Amino acid sequence: MSILSCENLSKHYGTVAALDGVNLNIEPGRIVGLLGPNGSGKTTLIKLANGLLTPTEGRILIGGMEPGVETKKLVSYLPERTYLANWMNVKQILSYFEDFYADFDRERAAAMLSHLGIPETQRIRQMSKGTREKVQLILVMSRRAKLYLLDEPIGGVDPAARDYILNTIIGNYDPQAAVVISTHLIADVEPLLDEVVFIQNGHILRHTPVDEIREQMGKSVDALFREEFRCF
Amino acid sequence: MRWEFHDDAPIHVQVTERIERLIVSGTIQPGQKLPSVRSFALEAGVNPNTMQRALTELERGGLIYSQRTAGHFVTGDQQIISTVREELAAKIIRQYLRGMTELGCSPEEAESLLHRQLNAEGGSEHVNSEL
Repeated sequence: MSILSCENLSKHYGTVAALDGVNLNIEPGRIVGLLGPNGSGKTTLIKLANGLLTPTEGRILIGGMEPGVETKKLVSYLPERTYLANWMNVKQILSYFEDFYADFDRERAAAMLSHLGIPETQRIRQMSKGTREKVQLILVMSRRAKLYLLDEPIGGVDPAARDYILNTIIGNYDPQAAVVISTHLIADVEPLLDEVVFIQNGHILRHTPVDEIREQMGKSVDALFREEFRCF
Repeated sequence: MRWEFHDDAPIHVQVTERIERLIVSGTIQPGQKLPSVRSFALEAGVNPNTMQRALTELERGGLIYSQRTAGHFVTGDQQIISTVREELAAKIIRQYLRGMTELGCSPEEAESLLHRQLNAEGGSEHVNSEL
């Protein structure tokens, strides 16, 4: 069964259709790139999956259920922006996550943080942007969830931090879980992906295995993206 | 160090070839155990499904074999290793010849230029003994 499925899903903001009649299924064990230009509907789709927005039409199901308390147990979500309070230190954040999520593996998170050399007494406000992004990703990937929704996990960090984040995603790969990564840094994430979803103006343009793009079209996902989303 | 990938072939194909090179060059020895799928995937910076697919392809070719619980091992069969080595060499030679053709060189010219380069580097004997 699909862990995420959208049936004729639409979301309108006033007269603007952010998503329009989207049909999409994501299966467990897959790492999926949700790729599209700014304003294409990536974040709207992820917010709908988290129940932060409600559909105008159609529906979105997580493990067969509409987003709600039960689905939040299955979904580990990395939002675009930090939601951690500035005054919290690492230790407090670990307790906070442990409190919220039964599937949070505190030891695993603590081990990754100490490996990075981040002391448990350090506060969010004392961290650089790159460190904050890494901490947030470690927290999200330390849950044993069924669906990871990562909204721009590598935007705005340096290449070394980017490699660290991508390795953290690979290192936590679980064949029972699906990972959806929204980004426009395609070349960086391509080696990680099983499948790509191209989205534009609220429509799914394609949902294709990465191997198929390279085998049948003889080009990388990055090259195909540049072609299909060319700005004239 | 993440592996570099070019745009022209599927990533699993490039991973397969990269591991073949590690084996035929002796970086990974005959009979040696390979890293687990997950840690090999991490080293390469690729999806574990991609690494699994590459290992399955190598297994099909006989270059590696798997033991149910112990993981993957490089074959001890030198015959298979030399065959793969020759296939990889043939591929590099074809690339060389294609590049020379694009420069407008005839095969004879390509060959004589290759010899001249080998002599200039004083490495012809060494290269001959390798072959």
